[in-house]
Amino acid sequence: MSLLWLRFALGCYFIGLIYAFVALSRTSDLFSRIALHAASLGMVFHFVSLVEVFVSGQFVWASVHNGESLLAFISMCFFMIIYAIYQTTSPGVVVFPVVFFLTFVAAVDQQPVLLTAYVQRRGWLIAHIILIFTGYAALVLSFGASLLYLLQERRLKSKQPTSLISFLPALEVIDQIGYRSLLLGFPFMTLGLLTGSVVALTTYGRVDFLDPKILLSVLMWAVYMIMVFTRWNSGWRGRRAAILASFAFVAALAAWAANYFSTIHRFIS
Amino acid sequence: MRYQLIGLNHKSAPLEVREKLAIPESRLPDTCRDLTAYPGIEEGMVISTCNRVEVVTHTTNGSADLRGFLHDHFHLTPEELDAHLYEFREKDAVRHIFRVAASLDSMVVGEAQILGQVKEAYATARAVGAVRGQLDQLFSRAFAVAKRVRTETAVGSSSVSIASVAVELAKKIFGTLQGKNVFIVGAGKMSELAARHLMAHGCASIFVANRTYDRAIGLAQKFNGQAIKFEDLYATCDRADIVITSTGAPHAIFRREHGEQFLARRKNRPMFFIDIAVPRDVSPEMAKLDGIFAYDIDDLQQAVTSHVADRRKEAERAEAIVAGEVERFEARQHTLDVVPTIVSLQDHLETIRQAEIDRVRGRMGQLTPEQEIAVEALTRGIINKVMHTPITTLKTAARESEATTVVDVVRRLFNLQVKAKDVSSAGAEKKDEVGTRH
Repeated sequence: MSLLWLRFALGCYFIGLIYAFVALSRTSDLFSRIALHAASLGMVFHFVSLVEVFVSGQFVWASVHNGESLLAFISMCFFMIIYAIYQTTSPGVVVFPVVFFLTFVAAVDQQPVLLTAYVQRRGWLIAHIILIFTGYAALVLSFGASLLYLLQERRLKSKQPTSLISFLPALEVIDQIGYRSLLLGFPFMTLGLLTGSVVALTTYGRVDFLDPKILLSVLMWAVYMIMVFTRWNSGWRGRRAAILASFAFVAALAAWAANYFSTIHRFIS
Repeated sequence: MRYQLIGLNHKSAPLEVREKLAIPESRLPDTCRDLTAYPGIEEGMVISTCNRVEVVTHTTNGSADLRGFLHDHFHLTPEELDAHLYEFREKDAVRHIFRVAASLDSMVVGEAQILGQVKEAYATARAVGAVRGQLDQLFSRAFAVAKRVRTETAVGSSSVSIASVAVELAKKIFGTLQGKNVFIVGAGKMSELAARHLMAHGCASIFVANRTYDRAIGLAQKFNGQAIKFEDLYATCDRADIVITSTGAPHAIFRREHGEQFLARRKNRPMFFIDIAVPRDVSPEMAKLDGIFAYDIDDLQQAVTSHVADRRKEAERAEAIVAGEVERFEARQHTLDVVPTIVSLQDHLETIRQAEIDRVRGRMGQLTPEQEIAVEALTRGIINKVMHTPITTLKTAARESEATTVVDVVRRLFNLQVKAKDVSSAGAEKKDEVGTRH
């Protein structure tokens, strides 16, 4: 049943996905409102799906598909928080495709893929997953914001009359969204990695830094830290910030993909 | 009507070309003198604003080489210039001037600034004697038309202007203008207007730098702002988020290295440059920097274009007024053209009459007062009756295309001599007298 709710949510997010593509070429207030309502409805279905699977006791924290579903939901929560603060749906241009993809993967496969690890400290594992996913969601938003910043910067630099009627919010607003996401995501990511280390230590008695999963996660964290530092210290924005954010995003994807190669953080079906 | 006009504006020429023709205020009188000294030109004036450079003349034969004047004066080749020029003659020139003065040809249709600029150009040319009878009439009428357009249509009432577009753009960069600082470089009217708009939208404080420090102080006081010495410009400019620059400097005053310094000091927070100077104050190289958004006068025009639709309706009404005024001006000019001929004809016949009366006096001796009165009445009556038809015909012909032919025929028939230069002054003075001698 939870999978059915998730698929309803997927249908709603699909409208958001279309919005993401349309919004890049033209502005429509009506469509933006429709996408927002569809996304809200999708979140309700999504929440019901998560609660149902949790209550039924089938929620497996170390399941990849449950993880994807949870990450998509947290990303949508971020999107809604930003909407509440800035009254803009434009981060959806990046958030909707990511959320749709994650929900799609989680919704098509009924056999959850499990991580191999036998975990001793269940509470730490849950904390690790929630913290890391929040960090990921913030990273997605920050990456999205840096792309939107580049887009808006290009529009303003192109000096076309359409710059004035662009669907994008003001440059500084996009910048704030990106920076705040970055600042918010960094402690979550740091704590997520620390809790993960605790779980690894208690499970295996050591943290193997040469393990691809751990190596890439540390690399991602390092890029994340550089982003926060360069922004705080030199105010890096625009192109340079976008390059760093892209690098962090790729590192995050690689860290995710490393689940398939890692010995301590590996999937089984 | 031997009016002739040549020029270029924001529609016909890019900023790079307009920069080459921009004439500083201080050089305008000399340019006017050069213009009137040019072959074939009787009167002339030059309108030079950031959006247009136009040479308006009254010529001796209606076909002066104005292109040649521009090439010589600005040391430009025909290849560089000619493609961007427009040229109007007679009625078309009148229409163009009326449209310019009424702000129908402006970048922002209906903006009031252009009328002031044309008036200043007119005053300058008049002061050096480059504008006399003919251009005087044209521009006096043009100012009246501009006033009529402003009072009878709403073309100037909308808030759309360069200044409000600058505010819109600033909002696209900064979101809200609350707490933002504005820096005015070069205390011009347009920058003052833009600053006023920005302050009205919540900008926090204002800095003013001007080469003449006193003017900077004067403008800063208007906004409760702070005057900055021009030499401190680069050290303080990074304190502002929005910079409005409109100096008369011949070269860019903000170059790439300045932009890099500002951004480094501001930790890369963006800066918005509104560059309304021609030639531009912000170098294109600096405008390329990430975090620097520089809009020059042409860029602002593009942004304004999308807002102009609202004014189109009113502009159509204004165009109708201009069209009617052009017809009236033309008719009046033609009437003035025949006036000297009529006056000459009257003088000629009066001379004959007096000569004939003197001859009669010689033959008949002294006339009694009664006889004098009778002879006077008789001869004047004959002259008036004889003159009535030719004068009516001339006046009627003046409103039609055959005026020149009829005037020529009358002059030849009566062997009348009319000096071309006397046409306007004689016409203006004696217009009311025509046909009223008794």
